Order: sequence, then C-alpha cells, then structure tokens
Amino acid sequence: MIKQKKYLNEFDIALRGFRKNRVAMLCVYTLLFLYFTAIFADFLSPYSYKNEDRNYSYSPATPVHFVDEGKLTWPYINGLELTYNEYHARIYQTDRSVKHSLKFLVKGDEYKLLGFIPTDVHFFGIEGEGRLYLLGADSRGRDLFSRLLYGGRVSLSIGLIGVLISFSIGLIIGGAAGFYGGKIDNLLMRLCEMVMMVPGFYLLLALRAAVPDDFNSVQVYFSIIVILSFIGWAGLARIIRGMCLSLRERDYVLAARTLGVSDFTIIVKHILPHTLSYSIFAIMLSIPGYILGEAALSLLALGIQDPFASWGNMLSDAMSIVRIKFAPWILWPAFFIFLTVICFNVIGNALRDALDPMLKSEGQN
Amino acid sequence: MNALLSIKDLTVVVHEDGRERRLVDGVSFDIPNNSISAFVGGSGSGKTTTGLSILKLLPLGLTVSKGQILFDGDNLLNISESKMRARRGKDISMIFQEPLNAFNPVFTIGYQIEEVLRMHTKLSKNARKARILDLLKMVELSDPSRVMNNYPHQLSGGMRQRAMIAQAIAASPKLIIADEPTSNLDVTLQAKIMDLFRKLKNELNLSILLITHDLALVSHLSDYVAVMTNGQVVESGTTKQITTTPQNEYTKQLMKAL
Repeated sequence: MIKQKKYLNEFDIALRGFRKNRVAMLCVYTLLFLYFTAIFADFLSPYSYKNEDRNYSYSPATPVHFVDEGKLTWPYINGLELTYNEYHARIYQTDRSVKHSLKFLVKGDEYKLLGFIPTDVHFFGIEGEGRLYLLGADSRGRDLFSRLLYGGRVSLSIGLIGVLISFSIGLIIGGAAGFYGGKIDNLLMRLCEMVMMVPGFYLLLALRAAVPDDFNSVQVYFSIIVILSFIGWAGLARIIRGMCLSLRERDYVLAARTLGVSDFTIIVKHILPHTLSYSIFAIMLSIPGYILGEAALSLLALGIQDPFASWGNMLSDAMSIVRIKFAPWILWPAFFIFLTVICFNVIGNALRDALDPMLKSEGQN
Repeated sequence: MNALLSIKDLTVVVHEDGRERRLVDGVSFDIPNNSISAFVGGSGSGKTTTGLSILKLLPLGLTVSKGQILFDGDNLLNISESKMRARRGKDISMIFQEPLNAFNPVFTIGYQIEEVLRMHTKLSKNARKARILDLLKMVELSDPSRVMNNYPHQLSGGMRQRAMIAQAIAASPKLIIADEPTSNLDVTLQAKIMDLFRKLKNELNLSILLITHDLALVSHLSDYVAVMTNGQVVESGTTKQITTTPQNEYTKQLMKAL
C-alpha cells in the first residue's frame, strides 16, 4: 500500500502562511514573553507589589553598574541619598560610597509560586538596606519594575478571560439566531441591538456602579471581566448570525438533520467551525479592547484598587503633567499597554491574511 | 398489502403575497415493507418537498396544511420535534444528490458516520469503530479503514455516494429516502449503485423511496411508482403497470421520452 501523504487542512495551510509573516511571529514571541513574565511575576520581581518605602517616593531608577574604578566587577548599584532643595522638592543624589551588589536567588518578600508553592526566593535583588529600582519608584516608593510584572497579570489575563466569555456568548447566541431564524432570531438580534445601542463607555460605568463597593480585589477583578464581556458579545453575535444564516442552508446541515443530529450538535459541530476563520482573528483584534477597557476603568479608580497593581491603575499616577515632568518613568505601564495592544493587532491582521483564501497569493500545496 | 409508511392527502403550501400556493396537492401514496418505490416527475413537481415532509424538514416558509403521514402507528405530522428527531436516522434516513455537499468538509467520513451511531445507538467507542468498518464494507468500498480516515473531498464521486449510503444505513433505518441518488454519476456507476440499493434492500429488510426524474432508472429498479406533476400524483401503481400500460397523458409523454 502506498503510504498516504499527511493531509494539510485549511488551518495547517493558514499556519504556514502565518509563520512566514516575520513581524507577526515577533509579536507572538513578544506576547509569549510578556505572559511568561506575568505568570512568574512574583519570582522574577525583586519586590512584592505592595512592598513600599515612602522615603523613596518617586525615586529615579538606580542604574546597574558593571565597571568600578575602571575594572569590570560584579554588577552593583549605588545607594541613594534624599535631600530637599530650597523649595522643599525632593532631590535624590547617588551615594557612591554605598554599594549594593546584585544577587541572584535572594530571599525577599514571601509569596506562593504559581499560587501554591510557598517560598521567599526571588530571581534577583539586593540584600541589606538599599532599594533596587530598575525603572524607578512610584509615589509610595514601590518598585515600578515589580509592579509592572504584577500589573501584567491583571492586564494580560483580563483580555483572554474576557474574550473567552464574550465569544462563547456571542457564538452561541449568533449561532442560535442564525440557525433557527424567525422569532428567535428577531428576539436575540433586538437584544444585541439594545446592548450595542448604549455607548460602550457609559454602559461600562453604569454597570460598574451597579457592582457593590465592598467587593474584594478578586471579586472586583472578575466583575470587571464580566462587565467587559457583557459589552463585547453583541457585535460578534450579529456577524456570526449572518454567517449562520447562509451556512444553515448547506446540504450537510440538512443531511445532519435527516440523520437525527440534535440542534445543539449541529450548531456547534457543523455550523460554528465554518465561522472560525472569521472568529479567530476577530478574537485577536478584540483582546486589546478588554485591556484598554480595564485600563480606562482603573485609570478612573473604578477598576483594580491600590495596592493591587494593574497597568491601568499604575497609569492613574500619571494623570498629572507635573508628575510626568518630574518622574517620567511612571509612563512605563503605557508603553506595555501599547506594546501588548499592537502585538495583538498585528497578530490579528496576520491571521486574517493567512486565513482568508481570497487574499492568498499561493495555491494549496 | 402491509404499508410501512402511508401518505394520505398530503398538502404542502407556501404563503405568497397573502395567498396560499400549493406545492404538494393532496398526495396519497403507500410505501410497502421491503420494497423500492419511486416518485417520478420533472423539476418543481413537488417530489422532493413530499420527501422532506416525511422527515418534517421542510424549508422555512413551507407548511403542511393538511394530510397524514402514518409510520409505525404514529402520524408523523402530529408527534413532537424531539420524538421526530429520535426517528430521523434511526427509522427514516435520507440520501442526497450531491454527496460532496452532504458531507461536512471539515470532518472525516468516519467521524460523520460515528456521529449517527453516537446519536442512535449505545455502542462503545471500539464497537462503533468496528461498526463503521462493517458499514463501509457493506457498501462495497474496497479499503474501509482508509476511507474512514479520509475527508470527503479525498474520495471520488462514486465512493462518496457509497459512504453516504453507509451513513444512511448506520442506525438500521426501515426507510431510506433517496433524492436523485445517481443523477451526478456516470451510467456505469449508476448501475452499480442501483445494484447496491437492491442488495441492501434484501439484506437489511428495508424500504427505499427513490425521488427521481429518471424513468429508465425507475423501470429497472423499483417495484412501485407514483408519477408526479404540479404537486399532484397523476398516476400510481406497480412499475409494470405504469411502464406497460400508462393511463395518464403525462405518464405517456414520460414513457415516450425514454
């Protein structure tokens, strides 16, 4: 018997096309790196997100030195000395006499690795009195670098979980509306329009106001996800419904029905997979919306509450131009939001190019 | 004569501009046990609509306004959707004209046959696999284990048609409705598929309802015929009666066209 060649399905071909897009692959690796740092944030960061020292409010970054008096040495940082000028503004001066050498696997704040392994070992840090600020400190003297890593946990996961919820709702509602048609379609689509009719951000604020304010941070986190997903599903449901209207007329749908396959199975197995080439890139392109939505809520102090970190609530520090002038490093979270959003957008666009057969320049191979 | 399924005065209407138009107009027909029957007629004669109304899968907008479809002691038109679904595939299944469209392109043949078995039988995973191989053997496919793992587009037209027949008989139905099953096949393949139908009818003790415009096919294969035009059965009886002594003018024209 002739050995059968492995059959490349539509997605294998699309994946090939996608892999050829170098910018998109770079974005994939960037995102993987960001998610990796978020998952191991407590290990990789020198301090915990709430480790503060008010003596170092808005302390600038402490540069890591590799050269000491012309000779290469183990990396170290200098100490900082706080003085005030005649207007009582803080002036930080480097104290060259004090040296704290950087150490790997140092003991620091206690945490639970991956949520269940209790430990106090950090990937790097310094021991003793000094403070290590790779990117500077915020208003309460907390390490911005550590908080960026912790903030990534919220900002990066909110998009994924949010998209998971809203797309499940959108696919099922759109699928049901398109498959059944008639009254069910009418009812579900009017519901969609009611959600889409209200300007998104006001709906966001109104729903947030409906959430009890004695929620703890985890509850707030999940309520934000639910609120964001509640706004996000309608647009998708409408498009999926349109696609299902034509897909349900396919012969294989009728064939499945003549064989007694249940409606749910038909929708999930025989109709929705054919909308995947659309929904996959739609998912990618809508993740930034959740990240930005969380950032917007947190910026208005309606999202994740201090001392918990998210890129959005870290940015709320940067609302005053004076602070940005004297401590420009508090804009770092904005850079990471920007980086994440642009990565998701590039990946989404590359996926669309790869999945859309009309744009394909090469034939099936 | 012991009828497996009997259609009585079936009328299907579509509402157009506030008026009713009859697509199927008072059709009555009996399908006996273990027989091959046929609806013959031109396009638009209502034969496919009649077939779909047996399964209660009429396209949106079409409704049965009166009549009965008696099967196994039930009037199919009165039973609930969930009971009807349990019967589809298990008691009555259907074969389509173009098997490439009737298979979902994203699943393998084996998977799609297995879906029927999962729905209607309580076989274990391994038993289902064995059953699929059996079914594919039964429809005379030469390499069942390969076909099982193939996607629909990897098979030839004749193989796909056989695979679809295997899917239709998977849950051992008593009646198979075959809507133009051979129109897209060449003549030699048609003959082979027809032989297969006859063999399956005898082996599995089932009835087949052919829906076709091809009177030549009908005269070779079927036992009973109903000639349809304009939504009405103009003449019905045994194939011999119809082909040798046609009474109706339309039937005579059809016979002349042979």
